[in-house]
Amino acid sequence: MDDFYRELIIDRYKSPHNKGRLDPHDYSYEDDNPLCGDELRIDVRVDENEVVTEASFEGQGCAISMASADLLVEHIVGKQLAEIKAMSKEDILELLGIELGPVRLKCALLSLKVLKAGIYGIEELEEELT
Amino acid sequence: MTSDAKVHALDARKIRSDFPVLGRETQAGVPLVYLDNAATSQKPKMVIDSMTHYYEHQNANIHRGIHRLAEEATEAYEAARLRIAKFIDARSWREIIFTRNTTESINLLARSWGHANLQSGDRVLLTEMEHHSNIVPWQMLAAERGLVLEFVPLTDDGMLDLEAYRSLLERGPKLVSFTQMSNMLGTITPAKEIAEMARAAGALVAVDGAQSVPHMPVDVQDLGVDFMAFSAHKMLGPTGIGVFYGREDLLKEMPPFLGGGDMIKRVQLDGFTLNELPYKFEAGTPPIAEGIGFGAAIEYLESLGMGNVHAYEQQITEYALDRLEEIPGVRVYGPSYKDKGAVASFTMEGTHPHDVAQILDNEGIAVRAGHHCAMPAHEKYDILATTRASFYVYNTEDEVDRLVEALYKVKGLFGA
Repeated sequence: MDDFYRELIIDRYKSPHNKGRLDPHDYSYEDDNPLCGDELRIDVRVDENEVVTEASFEGQGCAISMASADLLVEHIVGKQLAEIKAMSKEDILELLGIELGPVRLKCALLSLKVLKAGIYGIEELEEELT
Repeated sequence: MTSDAKVHALDARKIRSDFPVLGRETQAGVPLVYLDNAATSQKPKMVIDSMTHYYEHQNANIHRGIHRLAEEATEAYEAARLRIAKFIDARSWREIIFTRNTTESINLLARSWGHANLQSGDRVLLTEMEHHSNIVPWQMLAAERGLVLEFVPLTDDGMLDLEAYRSLLERGPKLVSFTQMSNMLGTITPAKEIAEMARAAGALVAVDGAQSVPHMPVDVQDLGVDFMAFSAHKMLGPTGIGVFYGREDLLKEMPPFLGGGDMIKRVQLDGFTLNELPYKFEAGTPPIAEGIGFGAAIEYLESLGMGNVHAYEQQITEYALDRLEEIPGVRVYGPSYKDKGAVASFTMEGTHPHDVAQILDNEGIAVRAGHHCAMPAHEKYDILATTRASFYVYNTEDEVDRLVEALYKVKGLFGA
């Protein structure tokens, strides 16, 4: 339990740093995981060089999915869109600092899926994240 | 079927010793507490042994081979069918059709009976507490045929609104298909009364018995239902085999479901002649070991007595509901234990069911988190998901205590 629910994850779940909508935004996407009842939207602002200047999330779900979203939108500020495209599930697990089984991995990866879908479109993702 | 005039208290501790998996730990020093029985039950050794015995001594295809093994295998498989027929009080073994599971049984009903009997504008009446398996096959058929699907609404305490049901019946549905026990709310529906009202309105009656047949005495004659579906794996038997029960006169008129070997009497290049019941609906080599295992599971349940099973589960459910409701922030859905099977679906303020389940898992406790294939019922109560603890004859009050203790840990961690 200590591994799974590190203080960081519980803290971010209870008091997220980056929750809310960005208006206006350059990219925005919403998706859900109806199996779990998770819903997530991510808004992103970029500058003229396609570098992320601000990002936020809105949604509800389990501690893993919400903490993952909060940490991810923070992590991508200052990054090029191309770098985001190269992000993988390992990056998310590193942010969370835990190992996850296949079921909970879906919770953790919802944020990356929503982020990439907002920036690149959903189709090429399905393959990449499975 | 045994209608136990006298109820005997079951000894869960003794029963537990028949189930090998219940002796394991999920991690060193953490014994398993298995509370996910509504998803699938554990299997007693005699069920596992019956299947191993078949594979080690009798393995052969059934119904055709003229050799010793084939005869023994056929006999064992058909003995299971006969046992199941008696268990639910079917008039004949020919009314017991083996399928893969409850879902396939309801699909068989929709595809075979539905195709032959339902036309555009016909109504099928379901309820808001159905499992997806008793919704989606009808939605598929409705889209194809232009049927009208209607749903008996739920009351706030998780019962069916029988007044609303009465008025929906006035619209003349051809079929009423409903669950005898909700897998989420645990509600035990008044199946006999529902069936009586449906019959009086000229509708046929189908019952999803996936949760009821494993946990209480079910007698299709007494209930007065035309069709019933249930699965072996939720009643101490193996996965991969279920039953579709139908009244023989109705089954005779129904077209076949899947085509292939075993469901035919003869085949020519320009056509085929159907086999008789129940084989007409059983195409291809069936799950033989699973059928035999199913028979062994019924034998085990019969030895306990279904009345005793139900009485024991009511007792543990009452205890579990009392203990859960004493935890601040916990809300249990569905009726009180008297109208409820051994299921407790609950939410915990400020904590997502996934997190609850994950932390319980760390304590060795297996529960289910999510919508339990009953999204409409969750929507009704405006919740996204619940955590569900579901019990069976081998669960003890000590295990309920461990569940409650672990839920206090969840509270501590999330500080609700």
